[in-house]
Amino acid sequence: MTDSSNQQPDSNRMTGAEIVLKALKDNGVEHIFGYPGGAVLPIYDEIFQQEDIQHILVRHEQGAGHAAEGYARSTGKVGVMLVTSGPGATNAVTPLQDALMDSVPLVCISGQVPTSLIGSDAFQECDTVGITRPCTKHNWLVKDVNELAGIIHEAFRIAQTGRPGPVVVDVPKDIQFATGTYTPKPETVANVSYQPKVQGDINAIQAAVELMASARRPILYTGGGVINSGPEASRLLRELVDLTDFPITSTLMGLGAYPASGKNWLGMLGMHGSYEANIAMHDCDVMICVGARFDDRITGRLNAFSPNSRKVHIDIDPSSINKNVHVDIPIVGDVAKVLSDMVRLWRALPSKPAKAQTEEWWQNIARWRARKSFSYKNSNDVIMPQYALQRLHELTKGHNTYITTEVGQHQMWAAQFLDFEEPNRWMTSGGLGTMGYGFPAAIGVQVAHPDALVIDVAGDASIQMCIQEMSCAIQHNLPVKIFILNNQYMGMVRQWQQLLHGNRLSNSYTEAMPDFVKLAEAYGAVGLYCDDPKELDGKIEEMIAVKRPVIFDCRVANLANCFPMIPSGKAHNEMLLPDEATDEAVANAIDAKGRQLV
Amino acid sequence: MNAHQQPTGSAYFIAPETAKAESHTLSVLVANEPGVLARVIGLFSGRGYNIESLTVSETEHEAHLSRITIVTRGTPTVLEQIKAQLERIVPVHRVVDLSVRAKDLGQERPIEREVALVKVVGTGDRRAETLRLADAFHAKVVDATVEHFILEITGKSSKIDQFVAIMKPLGLIEVCRTGIAAMNRGPQGM
Repeated sequence: MTDSSNQQPDSNRMTGAEIVLKALKDNGVEHIFGYPGGAVLPIYDEIFQQEDIQHILVRHEQGAGHAAEGYARSTGKVGVMLVTSGPGATNAVTPLQDALMDSVPLVCISGQVPTSLIGSDAFQECDTVGITRPCTKHNWLVKDVNELAGIIHEAFRIAQTGRPGPVVVDVPKDIQFATGTYTPKPETVANVSYQPKVQGDINAIQAAVELMASARRPILYTGGGVINSGPEASRLLRELVDLTDFPITSTLMGLGAYPASGKNWLGMLGMHGSYEANIAMHDCDVMICVGARFDDRITGRLNAFSPNSRKVHIDIDPSSINKNVHVDIPIVGDVAKVLSDMVRLWRALPSKPAKAQTEEWWQNIARWRARKSFSYKNSNDVIMPQYALQRLHELTKGHNTYITTEVGQHQMWAAQFLDFEEPNRWMTSGGLGTMGYGFPAAIGVQVAHPDALVIDVAGDASIQMCIQEMSCAIQHNLPVKIFILNNQYMGMVRQWQQLLHGNRLSNSYTEAMPDFVKLAEAYGAVGLYCDDPKELDGKIEEMIAVKRPVIFDCRVANLANCFPMIPSGKAHNEMLLPDEATDEAVANAIDAKGRQLV
Repeated sequence: MNAHQQPTGSAYFIAPETAKAESHTLSVLVANEPGVLARVIGLFSGRGYNIESLTVSETEHEAHLSRITIVTRGTPTVLEQIKAQLERIVPVHRVVDLSVRAKDLGQERPIEREVALVKVVGTGDRRAETLRLADAFHAKVVDATVEHFILEITGKSSKIDQFVAIMKPLGLIEVCRTGIAAMNRGPQGM
C-alpha cells in the first residue's frame, strides 16, 4: 500500500486487534497467558508482530486463568488471559470464579463470533457475557470498535480497584478487524456509578481504637484483604501489632501479611487452623477483623462463633459487612488506608492500656500453644507428609521462595507447616477450592519472577487436573518444582468419608497412578522419587538445585489425616486435636477391603 | 479420631432462620445499558432472593438512567445484604430502600401504585354490574364491544387484587398488571 491517499494521518486510527494490544500496553501489561482459536486470530496476529508483550502459550484455557491468577497474586499487578470464543471462554469459567472468590484482579479478553452471527448458534459460539456474568465483577460485549479502548481501560480499573476481581471483555471478530479510534487511558474517571470507597470513616476508626484500648482479651483476625491492599498494608499491620501487642491470626488467604516468626503469631485459624488461634477467637472480648470475610471454614458453627466478643470489621466491600456475622463497628475502606488511620489514632491515645490488662490473656494463649496442635507422630520408615513439608521449609529457607498449592490435605499441611514471612509468597485457591490451581499458578509466578524458586505443593490427585501445563513450563523454560505429597488417595475426600460416611471410601482411591518420574521425563522435565525419610533431604536439595521443571514424587504415609480439625457444624472450642485422633482410631476407621488397597 | 462419634451430616452448618421476613420496596437507579436488568435479576436468582414485583423503565433519558422498582421479601439482615449486593453491580448508581426511608420519615410506607388492564366478557345484567363496580373503583373503560369491556384501574396492589377478585364471577378472562411504581412521600428526592 504505497498509495499516499491510503495513509492515515491520525495515529489513533487502527484496527480493533491493534487497539487491544495498545490498550494492554498502556495498562502496563508485559505478559499474557492464552490459547489461540478462530475468533481471536486477528489479536494473535498482532501479538506476532510486536515485542513488548510476551505471550505464554498454555495447554488449556483453565491453565491460562490460574497462571494469570498466580502472576497477579505474586506481583500485585493485574493478570491477563486471552481465550477464543465458545470452548475457550467456557474453559475460562473456573479460574474466573476462583478469582472472584479470592479477589484476584484478572482481565480476560475473549474472542467472539462476528457481530452479525451472534445468536445464530454459529461455530464456537456461546453467550460468553451471559455465562460469565455471575463469575465476574463485571463484563462487556464490545459492539463498536470505537468503544473498545475505553472498555479495556475501564476493565483494568474495575479489576484492580475496590475489592479486586475478574472481568471479561468479549470482542467479536469483526470488531477486531474493524478500524476505529484509539482513546487513551483517561486521567479522570467518567463512570460515576462505580466509585469504591477507600477511606474509612474516621469516627468509626476512633471508636474501634477506643474499643481496642479497653480490650482484655483482644485478637486480630486478618485475611487476604491485607495482601490485596499492597505491601504498605502488611507493613502497617506489623506496626499495629507492635504498638498494641495484640495476638494475631490469619485466614488461609492472608498468610504472610504478618510474619510467622513474629512473637504475636498464633498460626492460621479455621477448620484446620491452630488450637490457640481458634480458642482465642472463641474466647476473645474484642475481635478486629482486617480484610477477611467470616467464611464458613473460619467461623464453624455460626451461633457459637466468638459469642462474647465485640467485633470490628475492616473491609473494602460493603456487602461483606454483616453478611455472615453481625459486627459492632464496621469500617468500609481500603485496609492500608484504614490501618494508617488506626495506627495514628492509637499513637494519639491519651493513655495506652497497661500491659497487665492483657497479661492473663497471654497466659491463656501460652497454655493453648503448649497443646502443640500441629504435632504428629513421626516415623523412621515412611515419610510423614508433615515431616516432608517441614524439611521442604527448612531446606528452602535461604532461597527466594514462592509457594503455590493445589487443594486438599497437602494444602492444609502446607498452610500449617510452611511459615510465611512476607506477603505475596503464598498462592492457593481458598474460596473456590479449585484442584488443579497450583501448577498453572506456579507457572504464572515463575513468569513474573524468573529467578525465584517456585514450588507447587501438590497432591497426587490434584496435580493430574492440570498436568498438561508441563508442556507450557518446558516450552517457556520455567523451572517450576512440583512437590507431590503422594498418598495415593484424594486425601481430604477420604478424610471426610472416614468422618461422615462410615469409612466407605467411595472413589477416593487413586487407581492407575501414573509413574510421575516417567511422566516428567516424557515431557522433558526432571522426575524425582523418594519414599525413605533418610533420603528426603538429599532429594529435596537435588530438586532445588535443578534449573529445570521437576516433578518430585514424594511417597508419604497413605493414611495420615489432617488435624487439628473443627468438624463442620461444630464451634471453635470443639476442635478435634491430633492426640485425640489416635492411630488406632484411624486404623479402625479403615475396613479390610480398604487395607488391601494400601 | 472419634470419627464415629461425629454426628455432623454436612460440610456446612445451616443456622435456623429466626428473624421474621418483611416485604420491602427498593428503588434502584441504573445506567441504561444492555444487560443491566439481567445483572439485577441474576443477582436475585443467583443468591436465592425473592422478587414479588419488578418494574423497569428509562426515567432520565439524557443521563441514560433507568429506574428499577423491586418489591422483595426477606429478614432485615437479608434485605440489608440485598441492598449491599445491588450496590456492588457496576452499572448500579444508587439503591434506596423506600420502606426503610418511609420509616425514617415517620411514615407507614412509601406510595406504591400499580396499573392493571382487565378484560371482562359478558352480556345483560352482568355488563351493567361490571360497569357499576368499575365506577365504584374508579376504573376507566378503555375498550368495549357489545360482548366485552377492557377496564383500566390504578391503585395500590390490594385494591387491584380486590377488583380482580370481584370481576371474576362477572366474566373476567384476562388481566395484565404493571407491577409497582413507588416513591417516598414528602419534598425530598431520591
